[in-house]
Amino acid sequence: MEKFDEATQKELASFLEKEQAQAKLHSSIHHFTTLCWDKCITGTPSTRFSRGEESCLANCVERFLDTSLFMVKRIELQREQAQFSGVGA
Amino acid sequence: MASFLSSSSPASSSADLNAKREAIMNGVRQEIALANAQELMNKANERCFAKCVTKPGDTLSNAEQTCLSRCLDRYLEAFNIVSRTYTQRLARERTSDIQ
Repeated sequence: MEKFDEATQKELASFLEKEQAQAKLHSSIHHFTTLCWDKCITGTPSTRFSRGEESCLANCVERFLDTSLFMVKRIELQREQAQFSGVGA
Repeated sequence: MASFLSSSSPASSSADLNAKREAIMNGVRQEIALANAQELMNKANERCFAKCVTKPGDTLSNAEQTCLSRCLDRYLEAFNIVSRTYTQRLARERTSDIQ
């Protein structure tokens, strides 16, 4: 069996990396969609979203990401404080 | 009978490899697209079943079917809204990181 030359192997590797990143992005979008659907769409589905539902979906994604950043900051802060009190003790 | 199938003439190897490379890439793209569509269908199925078929009867009633088709449309719309919002946010974070 013939082998790909080095340039082609590299090309395929970077192609796979890109596709993997894309797949990861998609899986997050699937996750957010279910999360925010459950939060925002409480009534029986109609022929179109109400204004409130649509903005709730967009806000839901933004606030979820804010939450995730907030949590990281919070943990960092707590760890810092624990370090300082550790030095003081 | 199927002699044309076995008459694979030895093509030039670089064109052969090139075709192989294309085939691999297309295969990967197709598999990912399929997995994506399946995921979307599974989730829409679950969500819309929960919403529309609250008391399962002998068959899907007309009202349930109407609800299901609306629900599917809305689920896809929700997916698009979420996708747009998320990618816009990612782009925003990226530019603010650079600054």
